[in-house]
Amino acid sequence: MNWGSALAFFEMGGYGLYVWGSYGVVALLMLAEPWLVHRRLRRALQEAARRDSGNEAES
Amino acid sequence: MNSPPLRLYTFAAPSRFYQLAGWLVPWFWAATVLLAAAGLYIGFFVAPTDATQGDSYRIIFIHVPAAWMSMLLYLVMAFWAGIGWAFNARLASMVARAIAPTGAMFTFLALWTGAIWGKPTWGTWWVWDARLTSELILLFLYLGYIALVNAIDDVRRADQAGALLALVGSVNVPIIYFSVKWWNTLHQGATVSMTAAPKMASTMLTAMLIMTFACWAYAFAAVFTRTRAIVIEREAHSGWVAELTRGRMHP
Repeated sequence: MNWGSALAFFEMGGYGLYVWGSYGVVALLMLAEPWLVHRRLRRALQEAARRDSGNEAES
Repeated sequence: MNSPPLRLYTFAAPSRFYQLAGWLVPWFWAATVLLAAAGLYIGFFVAPTDATQGDSYRIIFIHVPAAWMSMLLYLVMAFWAGIGWAFNARLASMVARAIAPTGAMFTFLALWTGAIWGKPTWGTWWVWDARLTSELILLFLYLGYIALVNAIDDVRRADQAGALLALVGSVNVPIIYFSVKWWNTLHQGATVSMTAAPKMASTMLTAMLIMTFACWAYAFAAVFTRTRAIVIEREAHSGWVAELTRGRMHP
């Protein structure tokens, strides 16, 4: 085990700001992108359904 | 009636790809989470502190996978864009478009984590050396591709223009890769190569490789989901999408 305490883990041997500044942005983007792509798919399906019901109403 | 035989090209039909990708995506997300957890555990709790860089080196476990992904995804994007252009294959062009934002994200992350790693180890966030500059150009190529395909209204013409840009830009990838050999750079040489023994402790290498697989699984999941969205957006007028949405809306 590398770290004697939780504090030592967060301090990262004095490089905490650098290490967590890297992984923080990585985590942010790698959570945001999946959310965005699933939202895009959901919206595409809703739009297709809306268009389809519009066609049915016309015919 | 017999169902048509399953061939290699079966999944080139957007409707079949949509189904297959929909089945695969949850597995890729699960693999991403498991591999990232394992890689980060080994990277932070098993791999020892580096003798010269202290704990700042732990940025490597995301920096190198992100940089590898940025180059690999660009080549995959250019390949499918080219296939889509040469063979008029719609799905290939859609996959190319779906890769671009994920590739741009990994390129940004490689630059971001590199800058943050550079400050404590080199004393600077940024230098205009060959490796860093060519990676920045890669980001501009991704952004240029995204802007170009979105700027042209005719979808297939946009795909073709994008393919030309992507293929011409792929010359930049070997430049990035070999930049540390061809020029004197502040950036260090390759840590892992096919021809030489790795220059790092085996636990560090293990963590880095597992994180790379996590990034692969992530890229598959994100790109397949975005491709599915593009398929629906483009084929909204077709019968199979109508059946699909009716099935969803009125079960």
